[in-house]
Amino acid sequence: MPEMTFASAAPDEIPISLTINGQLHRLDVTPWTSLLDLLRETLHLTGTKKGCDHGQCGACTVLVDGTRINSCLALAVMKDGAEITTIEGLGTPDNLHPLQAAFVEHDAFQCGYCTPGQICSAVGMMSEGHASTRAEIRELMSGNLCRCGAYTNIVDAIEDVMQDGRPAVREAAE
Amino acid sequence: MTPFAYVRPTSVAEAVAAVGSSGTARFIAGGTNLVDLMRYDVETPQTLVDITRLPLKTIEDAENGGVVIGALVSNADLAYDERIQRDYPLLSSAILAGASGQLRNAASTGGNLLQRTRCYYFYDVATPCNKREPGSGCPAIGGVNRIHAILGASEHCIATHPSDMCVALAALEAVVHVTGPEGERRIPFAEFHRLPGDRPQDDNTLKHGEMVTAVALPAPRFGAHHTYLKLRDRLSYAFALVSVAAGLDMADGRITDARIALGGVAHKPWRDEAAEALLKGQAPSPAIFAAAADHILRDAKGQGDNNFKIDLARRAIQRALEQAAAGTPQVQAEKRVN
Repeated sequence: MPEMTFASAAPDEIPISLTINGQLHRLDVTPWTSLLDLLRETLHLTGTKKGCDHGQCGACTVLVDGTRINSCLALAVMKDGAEITTIEGLGTPDNLHPLQAAFVEHDAFQCGYCTPGQICSAVGMMSEGHASTRAEIRELMSGNLCRCGAYTNIVDAIEDVMQDGRPAVREAAE
Repeated sequence: MTPFAYVRPTSVAEAVAAVGSSGTARFIAGGTNLVDLMRYDVETPQTLVDITRLPLKTIEDAENGGVVIGALVSNADLAYDERIQRDYPLLSSAILAGASGQLRNAASTGGNLLQRTRCYYFYDVATPCNKREPGSGCPAIGGVNRIHAILGASEHCIATHPSDMCVALAALEAVVHVTGPEGERRIPFAEFHRLPGDRPQDDNTLKHGEMVTAVALPAPRFGAHHTYLKLRDRLSYAFALVSVAAGLDMADGRITDARIALGGVAHKPWRDEAAEALLKGQAPSPAIFAAAADHILRDAKGQGDNNFKIDLARRAIQRALEQAAAGTPQVQAEKRVN
């Protein structure tokens, strides 16, 4: 897409376009609007959660051009032209994404607040392709906190999907 | 967040001009630190200059056998780059010891150098801070200072530089390429960050309007004799209390040269050339490693809560040197320290 320069002297709204879960949106945003707030407040895609709003918890994780990032630390205006995938774009109640199904199967959540971020992060991590062991999954998922402490089952769910449906060996205790 | 104007230049020259012409303009790339600081009103730029679409995203061969890493290469792309993993595994390891998968995807090479301290008082605008508001005081001195510096601090500031990547870059003797209103220059890594002294507001030696365009590494060295050992309050996704990047040149069972850099202990990645020289010509041994550690820490000073860091650093240096000498670098996904 063509490069643009905005020589605005005063802060104002800037037109951007984003493809979100396959649908093109043309939006006017103030430069200080985070991608997270745009998704939740403007587009009402509230599956993406605001936990800490400081990049410390991972609840706001979405995929931008296929790459997982913290949407709370991303300014929407800087993502002009990008393709965004949120939890709403991964599956439907009748047709769950394999990770969504695995999280249900493995009881990989309690309150569920971190779950959309966990699942988007896991999708990103799997496409990055650097995790093959439980220790590596745990390390590369460490940006997603779960205050209910469902970590063992979260790793089970991810490992299950990575092993293409084969049952994962559960850890006795962690 | 305080409102600001947004500019998206199409060249380095335009970007440098945009920031250089306004004292309140700032470059933004990954934004993983700057956006957070703006949310706390620690940083209140009136203009953000978005450099993310500039062509600084490649890792290229250099004439000296090294590489030139574009400032906009993400931390993740750098850490997982095939050549970096093969020739500079110390750098890959240090990057992967820091932050999280999401943050490494967003954060840039240049931005990693320019990230600011995580001192609690610096982040809390309700408290004084000489780094944030020069002359207002340093409540970390005599306050809560578990994460603070034990080396090179001043009566004005005891903050630490939080980067892991920069600790490896210090040990690898990187060179920072910069473009500013007065042209281009190259800054040896040891001269890039600075100690707080009586100007803690200056984290580094850049002038306003100067932009990091690349980080250059000299030809690869150390072979398998390197490690990045990071010790922190939890096993992942936490800043270092103490970290050590160590690289040894070895021949015939002896150390021919050494590079040691410490993170989490000072306002900049800490190197001590005299301590490195102590190891030259020596066979690896607990005694010589202890001597090097003692030398590095000879002027270490605790602030109360962080007194433990002095002994922790001593042990970490020795352990890192053992790992490097044995050619068994710390694996970041493996939480046991060998």
